Amino acid sequence: MSHPEQIAPHGHVLRYTFPERLNHWVAAGSFLYLMATGLAFWSPWLFWIAVMLGGGQVSRMLHPWAGLLFALSVGYMFVNWSKQMKFEPVDKEWWKSLHFYITNQDDKMPPAGRYNAGQKLLFWSFFFGGIVLLLSGLVLWFTDALPWSLRWLRYVAVILHPIAALFMIGNFMIHVYMGVFAERGAFGSVIRGDVSMAFAKRYHPGWYREIVGNSEPRK
Amino acid sequence: MSQATLRIQKISGHAGSIPGQDTQRDLQVCKLVDTTTCIGCKACEVACVEWNSMPFSPTTFDNTYQTMPDTRWNYWNLILFNEHEREDGSLQWLMRKHQCMHCAEPGCLEACPADGAIVQYSNGVVDFQQSNCIGCGYCITGCPFNVPKLNSVTKRVYKCSLCTDRVSEGLEPACIKSCPTGCLHFGTKEDMLDLAGQRAKQLKDHFGYGNAGVYDPPGVGGTGVIYVLHDATKPELYGGLPANPSIPMVVKLWKHPLKWVGNLAMVGGLIGLFVYYLRFGPKARGDEDIPPVGAQP
Repeated sequence: MSHPEQIAPHGHVLRYTFPERLNHWVAAGSFLYLMATGLAFWSPWLFWIAVMLGGGQVSRMLHPWAGLLFALSVGYMFVNWSKQMKFEPVDKEWWKSLHFYITNQDDKMPPAGRYNAGQKLLFWSFFFGGIVLLLSGLVLWFTDALPWSLRWLRYVAVILHPIAALFMIGNFMIHVYMGVFAERGAFGSVIRGDVSMAFAKRYHPGWYREIVGNSEPRK
Repeated sequence: MSQATLRIQKISGHAGSIPGQDTQRDLQVCKLVDTTTCIGCKACEVACVEWNSMPFSPTTFDNTYQTMPDTRWNYWNLILFNEHEREDGSLQWLMRKHQCMHCAEPGCLEACPADGAIVQYSNGVVDFQQSNCIGCGYCITGCPFNVPKLNSVTKRVYKCSLCTDRVSEGLEPACIKSCPTGCLHFGTKEDMLDLAGQRAKQLKDHFGYGNAGVYDPPGVGGTGVIYVLHDATKPELYGGLPANPSIPMVVKLWKHPLKWVGNLAMVGGLIGLFVYYLRFGPKARGDEDIPPVGAQP
């Protein structure tokens, strides 16, 4: 099935709709705030970040709300993208050729669909990491409301929250690296929404074929 | 609140050295609570509320001699009551004065992320500085004795200050001052341990309490509040006094190995990505798929 309506002028193709792009930046903004204030609470050497952002009290007050915003945003991504993020047979092939991807020999990669296996894994890492952060974060938010008999919940939350946060920061570094530094054109797709036909054909051949069908792209 | 005359030996959430640390050694102060002579009169509760200018606090009657179920942010000192049935069927009323234990190794201070929100003075008193408190509640998780309490309106945490304002002026804490039976004593840790040991020996030798002993738990480095118990083998009977309190394992894991592993991973990850970029750089755009201008198809 072809989707010629997605083909934009000048050999470009729409990759992210406006709601998808807006949601991405809601997630990005809340994540940056959460990471900054979270790192301030993580280490005394970084507590100055909380001071810069209005003080420790303000950071402690807003951090959980930013967390809720991030959770809602990830929830929207789940509703919107979870079907596209299902692992398919081609993804197994993709993992086997990972060394080609790492060494930038993308022409030797099996044809990925709209998302390649790495992107899918990153999506699920963010999703499940987000769930752990949300649940442990709720316990830490209302930590004083728990009775002494349920203190084990505090103990579980206080260790899971930083572990999940470190995991998310790892995901985040890879995500930013890939989107900003590695794949030229990827950053534009989440700002203006489109990528070039060449980008689609090179990195997501399965998706490219899906859009153009058997026809050639308009020049 | 802080007292200029007291030197600080530990600061929560503090990066770098602690000014004045170890320049001067002070005697460790200590409260001794002899549970065997406490009559549960609550004079110490009233004295605490009075001296610290805290308002009247509503009480709860639950058919015991306890004022309320737990301490509050503005009620730092509570006599916990337990009607204990001994093996021979006789009853024993156990009263324990519950308040901050002023641990030598405070779990609250260890867990606290806010610079200077919790300090330990050179005389061993652990004190909360509400002006620096961010209200995160990590101290509640770190404390093995269920002591810190959050004021949900001001979002600051409070607890017994061991009447730092009195102690730094050479006075005994308000609770000690008010005790009518003399079950409360205040002095140096050394003197209090000595006195407690004498009392425990007396209980063993002359009153038939073979298990009488002193509670000064080593798991938190010893405490600034010690108890004489009729039965030191079962501290849990005294309002859930933990037998072997220590800073929760997860707090130690989080603040030590996880912190170092996490910091290494984050810095290592950044450096790794940078070096990787230098080596491999960005991926090709794929423009070579589009014939250059003027090329023959």
